[in-house]
Amino acid sequence: MKVTLKVWRQIDSTAPGSFQLYPTPDLNPDMSFLEMLDVVNDELANRGEEPIAFAHDCREGICGTCGLTINGKPHGPGRGIATCQLYMRTFADGDTITVEPFRAKPFPVLKDLMVDRSAFDRIIQTGGFISVRTGSAPDGNALPISKIDADLAMDAAACIGCGACVAACKNASAMLFVSAKVSHLGLLPQGQPERHRRVARMVDQMDREGFGACTVTGSCEAVCPKNISLNFITRMNRDYAVALFKGE
Amino acid sequence: MNLDAKIPPGPLDQKWTKHLANIRLVAPNNKRKYRILVVGTGLAGASAAASLAELGYQVMALCFHDSARRAHSIAAQGGINAAKNYQNDGDSVWRLFHDTIKGGDFRARESNVHRLAEVSTSIIDQCVAQGVPFAREYGGLLANRSFGGAQVSRTFYARGQTGQQLLLGAYSALMRQVGLGAVRLLANTEMLDLVLVNGHAKGIVTRNLINGDIERHAADAVILATGGYGNVYNLSTYARGSNATAIWRAYRRGAAFANPCFTQIHPTCIPVSGDYQSKLTLMSESLRNDGRVWVPKKPGDRRPPGAIPEDERDYYLERKYPAYGNLAPRDISSRAAKQVCDEGRGVGESGLGVYLDFSDAIQRFGLSTIKERYGNLFDIYHEITNENAYEIPMRIFPAVHYTMGGLWVDYNLMSNIPGLFVLGEANFSDHGANRLGASALMQGLADGYFVIPYTIGDYLATLKPGGCPSSDSPDFASVENQIRGRTSRLLEIRGKHNVSYFHKELGRLLWDHCGMARTRAGIQKALEGIPRLRERFWREVNVPGEPGGINQSLEKAGRVADFLELGELMCLDALTREESCGCHFREEYQEAGECKRNDVEFAHVAAWEFRGDREQPVRHTEPLVYESVEMATRSYK
Ligand SMILES: Cc1cc2nc3c(=O)[nH]c(=O)nc-3n(C[C@H](O)[C@H](O)[C@H](O)COP(=O)(O)OP(=O)(O)OC[C@H]3O[C@@H](n4cnc5c(N)ncnc54)[C@H](O)[C@@H]3O)c2cc1C
Ligand code: FES
Repeated sequence: MKVTLKVWRQIDSTAPGSFQLYPTPDLNPDMSFLEMLDVVNDELANRGEEPIAFAHDCREGICGTCGLTINGKPHGPGRGIATCQLYMRTFADGDTITVEPFRAKPFPVLKDLMVDRSAFDRIIQTGGFISVRTGSAPDGNALPISKIDADLAMDAAACIGCGACVAACKNASAMLFVSAKVSHLGLLPQGQPERHRRVARMVDQMDREGFGACTVTGSCEAVCPKNISLNFITRMNRDYAVALFKGE
Repeated sequence: MNLDAKIPPGPLDQKWTKHLANIRLVAPNNKRKYRILVVGTGLAGASAAASLAELGYQVMALCFHDSARRAHSIAAQGGINAAKNYQNDGDSVWRLFHDTIKGGDFRARESNVHRLAEVSTSIIDQCVAQGVPFAREYGGLLANRSFGGAQVSRTFYARGQTGQQLLLGAYSALMRQVGLGAVRLLANTEMLDLVLVNGHAKGIVTRNLINGDIERHAADAVILATGGYGNVYNLSTYARGSNATAIWRAYRRGAAFANPCFTQIHPTCIPVSGDYQSKLTLMSESLRNDGRVWVPKKPGDRRPPGAIPEDERDYYLERKYPAYGNLAPRDISSRAAKQVCDEGRGVGESGLGVYLDFSDAIQRFGLSTIKERYGNLFDIYHEITNENAYEIPMRIFPAVHYTMGGLWVDYNLMSNIPGLFVLGEANFSDHGANRLGASALMQGLADGYFVIPYTIGDYLATLKPGGCPSSDSPDFASVENQIRGRTSRLLEIRGKHNVSYFHKELGRLLWDHCGMARTRAGIQKALEGIPRLRERFWREVNVPGEPGGINQSLEKAGRVADFLELGELMCLDALTREESCGCHFREEYQEAGECKRNDVEFAHVAAWEFRGDREQPVRHTEPLVYESVEMATRSYK
């Protein structure tokens, strides 16, 4: 199969960008989307042209590094997968595929298809942890935790921090990301002492970073490679209300 | 070269406690006067940086990823071992120690491995306290599974995402310290070289991957926690960015490289499907708990699996290793798979694959149980191969997965360069010639949380507080100039091949000749091929773009240039270790198809010293003395 790529090229964060067309060589439908980009890039490099910059690392949907907007949708047409888990067999021979970076104000474009998502790290920094010093922990079985709570916490903890939720949201809201961390820790007994302080600080930082408000349209959930549930947002809102009430 | 392992005296099980009691300490009010650089924020680096900052040291941590949370540790699936004996099945520190030593085919240091087993239990406590959502039983206690051929259930796990959850725990501890101002964290920053001042490691030179700036960083001590170098083979289960540059540059500055040829080839990965392939995906080893491995008995049998009757199938692991069956250790299972494929009995289009069949398990436990146990893995398999493994058996093949070799370290995890410490997969210390499943996560966190915070004090206490050198010194300037020179050289070649071309060629040479089975003649072929390839690289590579700004071709070129040197050292190491042990199977040294160790001549660590680009490196040895375990033949039959 062959496709034509319509790719966003932008030299750096200050330069204006534009779309460029790249016809691909013959492809194997069993290639991943990123392997297809590798092939295109290797050809560009052989000609001494600058390859298309895109972020990637694990290529198995767990590190959260990759993230492209493909045909207008963060992570492309699949459901519950990251860009690196998308395979060319999803497309038809002769398709034209539009490839853009994640679009969101708090994620400035660095080059071509790469964006700066350090805002997420700064949010975690303000409260996305349990304050425990190395060496001060009690025995792992000292605190039984119901399997149901532990499983639900794991559902939330599965977030890979890719930012697709923000890119899908018309307000560039980071509520799904933040609520996943708040819920993961808030569902566990270890996370209780800091529960309300945590949510208050993380939400404040989220606002400071310029992420927008949540209007519960669910577009974030629809693109999340880990199927993180909107219910966590409801849970976080409750915790946040308590935090405000307590003056945290 | 000084290879004193500084193993504390006394009985094995008291060494660590006594060492802790005797080690030099840095006074609390002096800690803030010492600067420590931590390169890498995987399990080993993040846990070390957070713990050292908690103690009050000035810490700077850096990683090439755009966030500390994305280190390759994130991809570990199966679990982490600890000698908790929560299952009451007879586990103990001794048993974990013994399994690890035996699993490593008696090529690891007793004292380090025993310490690892000792601190393993604290790791679980620490991670639980951080909120790592480990799997639990209905009673609320921690669940365990048996993993990687262990005969006890000592593996803790968080679904199929144990590495992710442990790393997010360490990352959260690190980010807390960043928020408190105790750690300065530089993401998107790649270490390109190590700086020595008067023979001590005192800093590094880095490239900012966003704007291209070359920067100098000085410190009292440097910690490398930069992971493994399996990507030297190009195709592997590693993340694409994993590389050897940090440890390779340290080697070129005088750090000994230990056992470089010890690379683990994991038996259960999805087979290669084409030349475009960028990575190999691991199918968790836990699948072997219920899946049965087989190939047709007849060579060249191209019938679909369902059409091959039971008595024409060879369940070769069950046949050859009845005691362990499908759970035989990784090196042994991988080699067995290679053997049947070499005999022409491999399956799939390429003939490089074996079946992992769940039909018996589905019959016995029901589809829903198997779905519950492995559903996500079957989904991944389907996504990649477009095949439904509930109906037809999975096809698997071995792939490069882990490097037991790495920089040589002593008991304090310090290399032979004073002030240079090496943690996690980047060092060589604990797994000998073969690593057991779920032991890398354990080692990374042991090193970072529970070893380095103490042992680094022993070195720092010998330095004057506040005596960190200035990065304006000529030592730093000279290293920076060399880096700039190398970068411009790479960008000026403008040859006819892209970087991947050379990486693929190197990978093929190493896979063929320094992979699952090695021969003198084969290794020699690689030893001729690699220098030729390297020479071509420096004439014919095309690295487009500029030194400033984001330049992924340049990043890749630097890493591949280092791989092209490292690959040669691996082959030299494989050539000179004239025995078979663990992953290192020299066809000349075997007994009934199994490894034949030579304990008289090779019960040692081979530690290589760099002597310049035009000279052969020198092979030094650290003898391995076994006081507590008997060096038996490793049998799983
Ligand atoms: C698919 C897969 C599954 C696995 N599953 C398991 C398992 O179930 N159980 C188990 O015990 N082990 C498992 N392992 C092995 C284990 O994951 C690794 O050995 C371990 O996580 C390595 O941790 P680390 O901290 O040493 O290095 P890494 O996690 O690789 O981290 C390296 C860090 O160094 C940084 N870095 C590297 N070079 C530079 C440089 N030059 N400059 C700046 N920064 C640099 C990187 O940015 C990164 O932060 C698995 C491995 C793979 C590939
Ligand atoms: S590259 Fe890691 S999630 Fe896609």
